[in-house]
Formats: sequence, C-alpha cells, structure tokens
Amino acid sequence: MDGTVLTAMSVRRASRDRARVTTFVLCALLPLFFVLSFLLGPSNLSPGALLGGLFSGDGAAGVIAREIRLPRAALALVIGAALGASGAALQGLFRNPLAEPGVTGVTSTAGLGAVLAFYFGLAAASPLLLPAMAIAGALLSAGILYLLSRRGAGAMALVLAGVAIASLATALTALALSFAQNPYAMSEMVLWMMGSLKDRTLSDLVFAAPLTAAGIALLLSASRGLDALTLGEDAAESLGVAVASVRARVVIGVALATGAATAAAGAVSFVGLVVPHVLRRFYGYEPSRLILPSALGGAVLVTAADVVIRLIAPDGQLLLGVVTAMLGAPFFFWLILRLRRDS
Amino acid sequence: MSAAIAFEGVGAAYGARAVLSGVSASFEAGAVTGIVGPNGAGKTTLLRVALGLMKASGGAVRIQDRPLAQWSREALARTLAYLPQGADAHWPVTARQLAALGRLPHRAALAPLSAVDGLAVDAALERCDAAQFADRRMDELSAGERARVLFARALATGAPVLLADEPAAYLDPAHQLRLMDLLREEAARGTAVAVTLHDLALASRHCDRVVVLRRGRAVAQGAPSEALADTVLADVFGIAAQRLADGTVVASRRL
Repeated sequence: MDGTVLTAMSVRRASRDRARVTTFVLCALLPLFFVLSFLLGPSNLSPGALLGGLFSGDGAAGVIAREIRLPRAALALVIGAALGASGAALQGLFRNPLAEPGVTGVTSTAGLGAVLAFYFGLAAASPLLLPAMAIAGALLSAGILYLLSRRGAGAMALVLAGVAIASLATALTALALSFAQNPYAMSEMVLWMMGSLKDRTLSDLVFAAPLTAAGIALLLSASRGLDALTLGEDAAESLGVAVASVRARVVIGVALATGAATAAAGAVSFVGLVVPHVLRRFYGYEPSRLILPSALGGAVLVTAADVVIRLIAPDGQLLLGVVTAMLGAPFFFWLILRLRRDS
Repeated sequence: MSAAIAFEGVGAAYGARAVLSGVSASFEAGAVTGIVGPNGAGKTTLLRVALGLMKASGGAVRIQDRPLAQWSREALARTLAYLPQGADAHWPVTARQLAALGRLPHRAALAPLSAVDGLAVDAALERCDAAQFADRRMDELSAGERARVLFARALATGAPVLLADEPAAYLDPAHQLRLMDLLREEAARGTAVAVTLHDLALASRHCDRVVVLRRGRAVAQGAPSEALADTVLADVFGIAAQRLADGTVVASRRL
C-alpha cells in the first residue's frame, strides 16, 4: 500500500475513533447526572434512604424516591433525547443548521395545544388528550414550515417564519390562559413557556417516554433518506429514496417527540439547536450519524441543566427553560452571524 | 440493438403548460447522446421523465425494453444514475461520504457500507481523479473538485445508464474537457450516457449522437454532423456556425 492510501485509512480511523470516544463519554456522563438528579432535592434524605425507598418502603423516602425524584430525573432524560433527536432530524430535513423545535416554533404550538387541553377540561376527560393535543400543535407548525421550505424558503426565511409562529402561539397561549379563569394563570403561563421539570409525576413519564421513543424510531427510519437529501430532492429520489415518505416521517416523528416532551415539561428551547451542532465536530455532518448521538447528548444536557439549576437555586425558583434559553440564545446568535459570514 | 432508454411520442406538462410534446428518441448503450436546445426547450424535463421524477402526459417511456411503470423504485435506482443540474452538497460531508451516497440503491435498510460498496466508491473517486481529497470536507474543495466528487457519486452506483444534466456548466475549459473524457470512458465501458449541454462545441466534438430539442419537440437527431446541420442551427438557435476540420461546431454569429 502506498502512503496516500495509508494516510486515508488513518484519517478515517481517527474520525471513527473520535466518534466512539464521544459516544463513550456521553454514555458515562448520562448515568452520572441521572444519579445526581435523583439525589438532589429540597428534602434532606440520604442517598441510602432514597435508594432504599426506590425499591421498598412506603414511608416518606419511598414516596419521594418513586414519585418525585425518579420521574423528574427520567423525564429530563426523555425530554432531552426528544429535543436533541428532533433538532438533528429537522436540520437534516431542512438542510439548515438553524432548524430546531424551539426556533421553528414547534415547541410553542405544542405548548399551545397542551394549554388548550389542560385548561379546557380535555386533559381531565382523558390523560392521553394532553400529549395528543400537544402533538397536534407540533404537527401543525412542523407541517407549515415544511410547506414553506418546499416553496424554496431559505434558512433565514424559515427562522423568521418560526419566529412568527412562535409569537402567535405564545399570544394564543396567553389568550387561552386568560379565558381559563384560573387565578394562577400568569404563573402557569410562565411554566408552559419556559419549561420546567418541577413537580412532575410518574404519569407524565408514562406518556412522554413511549411517545418519544416512537418519535425517535420514526426519525431513525428516515435517517438514510436524510443523508440522500444532502444531494437535493431529485437526486435523492433517483437513488430510490421516497422523499415524500422521508418528509412525512420526520415531521410526524418530530411532532411525536417534541409534542410529548412539551406536554410533560412545557417549552424547553435551544437543546435541539446546540446539541447536534456541537456533536457534528465529533460525528461529522451526515444527518444519519447525528440522530442517536443527539438524543444521547440532549439527554445529558437536559439532565445536567436540571441538576445545575437545583444546585444554584435549591428552592426551585429557576426554571429549566430559562437556563437552556440563556445558554442557547447567544449560541443561536453566534450561529446566525457565522452563517452570514460563510454565505 | 435495443435502446437503454426509448421515448415514444412522449409529452409532459407543468400544469397547463406543455414542456414536451411527441418526443421520440433513444439513448443507446455504449454511446454518449448529447441533448441540446435553447433554454426552456425541455432538456431537463426529458431526463426527469425518464427517471420517473415527472409523469409523462402521453406516449411511452421504455427502460431496457420494459415500460417505465413496471419498474420498481429500487430496480430503477440501480439502473439509472442521475446527476442533476447545479448539483452541490447541502452539508459539508467528506468527499468519500458524498460519493458513497451513490451506493444507497444497493444497500438494505440498515446495512452499513459493505466491502463491495467501499471498493466501488474508491474506484469511482479514482476515475474522477478525486481520490486524493477523498477525506476532505466538501466545503474545503474548489468548485471543480466538488464537481468531480459529485460525478463520482453518480458513477459509484455502477448503473448501466447515466443521465447528466448540464454537468459542464460552471466548469472551466480544462475541467469541461476532462468531464467529456470521463463521459466517453463511461460509454466505452458499455454505459448508455445521456448528457444535456449548452456548448455546441462539446456536443459536436464529444457525442456520438445528438438530440436537438426546440420548444418541447425533438426537431433533429442523429450523428452530430446531421443533427447540428446549418439549417438546424439557424432554425433552433438562430445562429450561424463555423466547423473545424474534425466537425466541431463553433457558434460564430447571431442570425
């Protein structure tokens, strides 16, 4: 073998190793933050008591471990995975690194759906209607954005459309809450709009986890089609990819995952923007290689963020969505500046 | 010999606007067929109809003697390789990752790139003179280098038919000639090559056959010297041309 072949092979091996090490690190961080999240909380229970309460015990430790701490830690993981994978898939579909459930308004319309279900008695009629309405809301905005992108809307046009959709959804959410005649309407609104994992229950997890899993499975089934879309729609079609089906799977998969996550925790923004972008350094640009790692990375990020906010503000004044937005919004701004410079 | 692709009285329309009407033409294995015509003559549409990307509104398209409608999506993808006009990569994947997309029609749903796939990709990059930057990212390459990688992607499929839409556009003269050589090499391996071209010199010099389209109709076809006769050039393009000793047509003035 000559030198260039050897170099090419070692370049490829190095990039494969980089991806493997990153996966390993993410897999190691996830249980670490998960356990920390489980152990953190306002009641001063020892780790031993909490772990004991998880498996036995009907006392305070059992109730706290099983019905407060475990759902919260697990929901952080599920929501992070949903948002990370959704961001990676949306970016692949729109071929646009700015696409993300929050920026595109998908979480806002999901939140609107959830608020409508919650404050107008639907959620009381059947607990399934809460995530169902959130998913319907997510489907609406993802579908609108998709139609816009088909008409040739560029990266910035999609972002602006997302801003418009998000503003409208936020206004309608506020309107719905003021008609709901709920004395806590304003504080509840903040919870829906900024997202929080405070006071979540096992039933939130029971709906969010399988719906998110189904959504991510749909996204994975579309991943090779997303790779082919790197070449444009005609070329992808000529390679045997049913582009219409790829689109439908991504839009529905994102709606399922993001809708379920938003129904459980409100709108958590920017996770789907930051995670795939950071992971591209380690996994490369092929959309198919980014979906599962972004789910993993999103789970790590949200779980870690939820630990950090409880360390900073143990009384729970700090909302998860506030932290992700404070990290994500400057990043988003930087990304826009960089894209402008590149184009 | 039967045609790799045969159009029999094919029509096509965007909404109410007819783009092709009554086109009969064929692309033969082992030959380079050039498709020429003014802007909007229906060159791209002809290729898209053959690929099943657009439905014919009339007539019949046969691929290797079988009606297009009888082909499965997968079999068609392995038989027809397509290089769209102005092709570029939407993500800065590496050149090799991009070329490997050409193997998608050969891969099962979740199967990774096989050894055979890898060899096909490397061979395609080699033939396009792109192996030396196989592991560089697309955004680090020049326009000419990217065009070679995209062409390698089409070759990597190993399809018996290659349809290329304006592959010479945006290439400098040296790269244009290199591209035409590659198309000729591909035809020499038995592939049916069809290529839309704006440059009449390239069409007359490098194609075995030329199909001339005008407002959706095939007005002339055959060997370049017949299909690009003076009357056709005057009629279709409104130009007069000079001819070099080897028959190369050089557009010289507007009529």
